[in-house]
Amino acid sequence: MARTLSELQKQYNSSANGKTGDMRGPGGPGGRGGRGGPRGAGGKPKNMGKTVGRLLSYVGKYKILLLVVFLFMIINTVASLVGGYMTRPIINRLSAYVGLEVDTETLQTPIYVALDSVIESVKNGATGFISSLVGDSYNPVATEVLFYISATLMILVCIYAFGILTNYMQARVMMTISQNSIEKIRNDLFLKLQKLPVRYFDTHPTGEIMSRFTNDVDNIDVMLNNSLTSIVSGVISLAGTLVFMITTNPWLTLITVAFVPFFAIGGSKIAGASRKYYSGQQAALGAANGYIEEIVTGQKVVKVFNHESICCEEFETLNEDLREKQMKAQFYGGIMGPIMHNTSMISYSVTIGVGGILMVMGRLDPGALQLFAQYSKQFSMPINNISQQTASIFSALAGAERVFAIMDEEPEAPDAEGAQDMPEMRGDVAFENVTFGYNPDKVILKNISLYAHPGQKIAFVGSTGAGKTTVTNLLSRFYDIDSGKITIDGVDIHDIKRDTLRSNIAMVLQDTHLFTGTVRENIRYGCPDATDDEIVEAAKTASAHSFIMRLEHGYDTMLEGDGANLSQGQRQLLNIARAALSKAPILVLDEATSSVDTRTERHIEHGMDRLMKTRTTFVIAHRLSTVRNSNAIMVLEAGEIIERGTHEQLLEMKGRYYELYTGKKELD
Amino acid sequence: MKKWFKYVKPYLLYFILGPLCMIIEVIGEVLMPLYLAEVINGAVYKTLTTEASLWAMVKMIGTSLLMMIGGVGGSYFGAKASVNFAADLRNDLFAKVQKYSFANIDRFSTGSLVTRLTNDVSQMQMFINMMLRMMLRSPGMLIGGVIMAIRLSPSLSVVMAVTIPLLLAAMAFIIARGMPRFSKMQTKIDALNSTVQENITNVRVVKSFVREEHEVDKFGRANRDLKDAGMSAMKNMIFMQPVQTFFMYVTTGLVIWFGSQLVINNYDAGISSFSVGELSSFINYVSQILFSLMMVTFMLMFSSRALASAKRISEVLDEKLDITDTPNVEADAVIERGEIELKNVSFRYYKNSAEPVLENIDLTIAAGSTVGIIGSTGCGKTTLVSLIPRLYDADEGEILIDGRSVKEYSLYNLREGVGMVLQKNVLFSGTIEENLRWGDENATDEQMFAAAENAQADKFVKNFTLGYETELGQGGVNVSGGQKQRLCIARALLKNPKIIILDDSTSAVDTATEAQIRRAFREELAASTKIIIAQRISSVKDADMIVVMDEGRITGIGSHDSLMQSNLAYQEIYNSQISGKEENK
Repeated sequence: MARTLSELQKQYNSSANGKTGDMRGPGGPGGRGGRGGPRGAGGKPKNMGKTVGRLLSYVGKYKILLLVVFLFMIINTVASLVGGYMTRPIINRLSAYVGLEVDTETLQTPIYVALDSVIESVKNGATGFISSLVGDSYNPVATEVLFYISATLMILVCIYAFGILTNYMQARVMMTISQNSIEKIRNDLFLKLQKLPVRYFDTHPTGEIMSRFTNDVDNIDVMLNNSLTSIVSGVISLAGTLVFMITTNPWLTLITVAFVPFFAIGGSKIAGASRKYYSGQQAALGAANGYIEEIVTGQKVVKVFNHESICCEEFETLNEDLREKQMKAQFYGGIMGPIMHNTSMISYSVTIGVGGILMVMGRLDPGALQLFAQYSKQFSMPINNISQQTASIFSALAGAERVFAIMDEEPEAPDAEGAQDMPEMRGDVAFENVTFGYNPDKVILKNISLYAHPGQKIAFVGSTGAGKTTVTNLLSRFYDIDSGKITIDGVDIHDIKRDTLRSNIAMVLQDTHLFTGTVRENIRYGCPDATDDEIVEAAKTASAHSFIMRLEHGYDTMLEGDGANLSQGQRQLLNIARAALSKAPILVLDEATSSVDTRTERHIEHGMDRLMKTRTTFVIAHRLSTVRNSNAIMVLEAGEIIERGTHEQLLEMKGRYYELYTGKKELD
Repeated sequence: MKKWFKYVKPYLLYFILGPLCMIIEVIGEVLMPLYLAEVINGAVYKTLTTEASLWAMVKMIGTSLLMMIGGVGGSYFGAKASVNFAADLRNDLFAKVQKYSFANIDRFSTGSLVTRLTNDVSQMQMFINMMLRMMLRSPGMLIGGVIMAIRLSPSLSVVMAVTIPLLLAAMAFIIARGMPRFSKMQTKIDALNSTVQENITNVRVVKSFVREEHEVDKFGRANRDLKDAGMSAMKNMIFMQPVQTFFMYVTTGLVIWFGSQLVINNYDAGISSFSVGELSSFINYVSQILFSLMMVTFMLMFSSRALASAKRISEVLDEKLDITDTPNVEADAVIERGEIELKNVSFRYYKNSAEPVLENIDLTIAAGSTVGIIGSTGCGKTTLVSLIPRLYDADEGEILIDGRSVKEYSLYNLREGVGMVLQKNVLFSGTIEENLRWGDENATDEQMFAAAENAQADKFVKNFTLGYETELGQGGVNVSGGQKQRLCIARALLKNPKIIILDDSTSAVDTATEAQIRRAFREELAASTKIIIAQRISSVKDADMIVVMDEGRITGIGSHDSLMQSNLAYQEIYNSQISGKEENK
């Protein structure tokens, strides 16, 4: 029966968390197009002050460069404002020429007086050049006007050239700052990951951690690159425009300023509504995408069970919900622009109307109104910009907060004081009354005691969840025991440097993991100094040599995406080869051959026997044939060793092992 | 094109009204400077009155309000059109994928299918929304601006005829230079992500070999590569704005320069057609034209991305379904007994691969019997059983169930009659009960418990605090491998199929439990045909018939005892599984 919407939402919203699709807008040329993958829920940052402070510490290194950027931004903004300001005297001169009366009084502001003297000196300094431009076909008055205009334009060229140059320089410097900061943030984050205990990775889904690297860092990147500069330059140009507006006409300025509250209130109202609907849309999108991901991944099972129609029905339920939510979100997201823009157009209209009346009254010249109209448009632009950027700043800060949360995670405890290096570890392992649980309220191992000497092979058998793998987690200190003691050569493993401890244990783990790289590089992973011959030797020991030779490029075949081009069994063989290369005195094989067929397994055993002679080996397997020839077999059940001994001893005991064994025996 | 129109048609009204609303905005944008010119010219020629100013203001406010309505309406219809388009498309895509055969699924990777259904659809949706709101606006503003400029002064417009092509060429140059840099950056992003992903999933390997420093170095390199690639892409892109500004200023400057001369010449000649007010308006149109031009360029850039998405979506929609009900299907035919016969069957996954996966297979399986299939990895066991419920179709030969070709059953009835536990099995989000009911949603609780009991799952499920109501995480992450396999078996058993196939489905189950599952099969499912693929001899030893396979062929058929005597491969497999015991003796 198809599930209802609320059931589906419950199941897919949590599991789809951080898996929502990429809904990034069109984006400018700087946007990283096509970068798919998870998109974390935006949300508001919780502790903004602290997060901002920490982010600043990353860019703080570039104080001087930041100052330069700031300076460039001011120059650039002022240049474009001044540039606009200078069309006014041109219009006025022309108006005067065509016989219109111009109120020169309003042209007596300090800026114009200063400008006029600059224009005059340029005019006088470059007479030759200008007259070649103007030519001699004009009457003297016209020539004078054109001289004035060309001088003004020449100054404009300089100002604009300077503006364009600083604009480019500012972008360039800011890019350097942001890219270096982002690189540092990523490196710090990754470095921190290397220090986190295994527990962290066991309790956090990979996708969630990945999302810190992709979305969150990305959002910070966008903020540093775009939002920050557009907000700062927005504020500068707002202030600059205001100054120019006031010097042009204070009364008209008042009208424009009077409209600001409308912007502020209108903007925040719409932004609030659109944020609300946006997060609704993200949740619905997350659920729908989560559903797609799960069903498409399990598509073959869906087919085997004739479940297609129910899946379609369920998906339609989710999709209808998405349709509804998206409609609202897209609508509210879309009206921000036109409403803000046209509010500014109304303010513009009023300015023009009042400006016209002022002109009728003779209190304003046409050039001033033209200019003012331009400023009035310019004034609303940064306001629109800033209100648009706040959303991206908030999501960047929320992302930064999540990034810093990882950086603040408790790392693996440092080595105990006086921890030993143990240069010549023999591999005498002893567990004394070891008790452990992943959670304090659920004990996994109870009072485990055992010892293992070099040359011995100790096996653990028992059903899934009995605690077999936990034993190896504790030995390598992926997790620390709650009580009891584990010693190697008589030294408590807490008093051995963690790196030393781990380099002395070679592990082949249940889940086979390979790295992108060649087969050779993968085998060499644990021993970077191993020669090619040693690698081939190890591969032969693990019975991997023959299949490697059959690969397209032998040992130089590239493995990609966790060795997806190999079968599970072949991946296990490579993992065994990796461990066989190691000279560590302790060897742990955790379900190392579960996917290898039994014939090959026998070959590996023969190869490994030679290696095991001088080492302490722990074997975990549920295939009893794998553990049969061990020196001691520990039968684990519910966290306790209920039986121990050799295969024969255990059979004689007629206990749990006997039962397990006869489960097979009965069929033999 | 026709296939896209299907998604437009129901919402055609929105698709038309959206751009219409935007036309209102465009007209407004074009009119506003005219009103301004009216006021300024009035002032210049001393004809301006207070009434005229107020009237201009009212007209402008009215226009602004109309534009606002147009904009909001455009947003409304744009959202309606694009969201509905995308939602319908998503439904169709999902339904299409549901119809895919295994071979269809294999052709796309799962990841790419998911991206196509999620990202690519979103990409198209954004594109449509943008197009509806912009396709008339930016080009409209552009054309409107050009018309007005030419109307004001054709000779002055020549300036733009010179600068605009230059601007376009410059932008095209920057974009062309940027494309390969961005795609390089994309590969660096992928490389960085896979480094992180590998590091996280391999955390135990990294830690156990004490290779953290190596990993940090590796990441540092990937990170630096990404930074360098990003910088190189951005270094190019940051030219965009200065170049645009440059052309904007140059054009404006030239217009002022030539415009001033025009004004003076006109005045001297006593012509009143182009004066100061017109020059002001002309300057405004220049910025409008250049601005719209940039928007159009961005739209084109964005369109290329949306087109790529559209293409990827098309591929999913156009994929030819290669397994469907055949014309000679007997709709009512259901599997009644479960007798299977393979006649000279050959199969290859890719039509051009040299070696077939299965070659000339002949096999008859009696109804109600138990058949074990054994052989090394890659010998074709899984492929063989996949042909029975038509997960793939045989290239040659014929497969009959109850004497009728599998192609004559409807796919639905065929698969209802065959229960299959796949090697790579998955459970879905939801409770255990919901998952089991995939087998039969109308089963009684008793039937469900019975199926679970037969799969030896009942006991551990009941041990969960919530029992059958326990929520399984995605993919069943919160149960162990063996428990997952048992749940998958229970799910298949609940179907009560006439033929049940277990494809290496008990590999993580311990031998004792597996023996119990086999006993339940024998006793409770006596009437069903049971096919068991296994690695362990013990799993198939008591089958009525054991099939030994090697490299796509059957190399032996018989009981355990007869194979022990006649089949070398079988003997080897057997010896590898019991020899440990003998060595210890």
